[in-house]
Amino acid sequence: MFRQIKVSVGLAAIVQPAMFLLGVGLGIGELVDAGGNTDLLDGQPYFAFYSTALLATTAMFVLTQEAMWPTLDGFTWGEANRAMIATPLTPTDVLAGKALHYLVRGVIAVGGTALVLALFADTRSLGLIPGVAAGVLCGLAFAMPIAAFTATQEYDTAFPAILRFGITPMFLFGGAFYPIEQLPDWLEPVAWFTPLWHGVELTRGSVLGGLGAEMALLHIGVLAAFVLGGTLWARWSFTRRLLV
Amino acid sequence: MSTAAPVVARSLVKRFGDFTAVDSIDIEIAPGEAFGFLGPNGAGKTSTMRMIGCVSPRTSGELRIFGLDPATDGRAIRSRMGVVPQLDQLDNELTVTENLLIYGRYFDISKRDALAKAADLLAFAQLEEKANSKVDPLSGGQKRRVSIARSLINDPDLLLLDEPTTGLDPQARHVLWDRLYQLKEQGATQVITTHFMDEAEQLCDRLVVMDGGRIVAEGSPQGLIGEHVRREVLEVRFGYGRNEEMVPQVDGVGARIEVLPDRLLIYSDDGESALSELHRRDVVPESSLVRRSSLEDVFLKLTGRTLVE
Repeated sequence: MFRQIKVSVGLAAIVQPAMFLLGVGLGIGELVDAGGNTDLLDGQPYFAFYSTALLATTAMFVLTQEAMWPTLDGFTWGEANRAMIATPLTPTDVLAGKALHYLVRGVIAVGGTALVLALFADTRSLGLIPGVAAGVLCGLAFAMPIAAFTATQEYDTAFPAILRFGITPMFLFGGAFYPIEQLPDWLEPVAWFTPLWHGVELTRGSVLGGLGAEMALLHIGVLAAFVLGGTLWARWSFTRRLLV
Repeated sequence: MSTAAPVVARSLVKRFGDFTAVDSIDIEIAPGEAFGFLGPNGAGKTSTMRMIGCVSPRTSGELRIFGLDPATDGRAIRSRMGVVPQLDQLDNELTVTENLLIYGRYFDISKRDALAKAADLLAFAQLEEKANSKVDPLSGGQKRRVSIARSLINDPDLLLLDEPTTGLDPQARHVLWDRLYQLKEQGATQVITTHFMDEAEQLCDRLVVMDGGRIVAEGSPQGLIGEHVRREVLEVRFGYGRNEEMVPQVDGVGARIEVLPDRLLIYSDDGESALSELHRRDVVPESSLVRRSSLEDVFLKLTGRTLVE
């Protein structure tokens, strides 16, 4: 299956971040850097500040989508999951297969983004390697709980709402475009509890440095907790959905 | 193949909340037997089938497949079973061969062995020329045959077929029946659900008639017909809604009369002489037909309802 769509997946992994980078990073970067005050960005050019967050946001977008329609398809329209559990496989095996798919899909998408970042002097760094790992971890922190939720759904009606009221606001307010200290005081703590903020801090810190070991561990811990919690929930919901 | 009964159920129950889908049934299926579950939609056939397939935990009662408990040995049981689901669950974007190969990998069959097996099975299913075609453009009958071929990838000791010919045209049904008959001759135990009487009569050595989650009759197709209805049926039509009022005039012509909205069914060992008797009484229906009794008539007698409503 994957072999057939690899060209489009691979192209999307390069073209999409490139467009975001050129559109937002370079364009707005010009404006911001022209303002002359980059203290808020820890002295980084805006392009570097913003583009490194893409490692996390790309993973979030790609894996959220994967955990929605294609995952629901296995339970409903295609019924592929039912065909699988008629074999020695169990619902937990089906989930493990999905998780592996998210992982591979995440590595391709974030890896493509990292390749684009490696083209620019501001972001060319060996830190892109742990940055990819951090981005994928962030993506899985979304994919696993959303897959768990998807397994409870008959139809796709809830997905647009999750994207509109969950994912898009996180993208806008989760520290990708500006430090969350810029948010109103009451909104800032909200960002602390979103997986995206932890992912952005981790990917940015991996590539640009300036992230202490303690904070790095905290971010990894929070993201891992989302992955683990989501996986346990998904194990329950996959089993409940498939063994009735 | 094991000589013990592949499927044994005692007081098997399946409930969904307050709804009892399977209400304490007992079955025992012998090795090599083609066993049918017959009944209308909602009779509990598919629920029973899913419990046997180890993808639906039983609510209570005993169930043993190959002597093993589905609750604890599901993986081991499923590795010896082939399942043809009601709806084809094929990967439409993949080729026919790829479908079989991937399914074989789920059974931990090596790629080489699975490909060799797939070629054999496609020959058996008369799909050799479609081996490298994608599944999507195939006809309904061809997809069904891919499903059957796929279910045989692990040389199953027990084959579960859930309404195998629903939605197929008559020609495709006969091709499928032919393949299933051949499998049976090779000794595979088959469990079949259907709401088609002719299918049950064609395919099953023995069957149970289910209604409302219970087994209402059990036996061979011919045994059930002999036990519950006469050999032949005279069907007469007097016009819609007029059939009921004609009952007194045809009384005593056959052994038993069944009134349906559109026709009367008169059960008799000799349909033609029953028709002569009607004519002798000057009772002239709009149309008449003599046919052999079928399982449909058994079902009608046992439940008071037709099977496909």
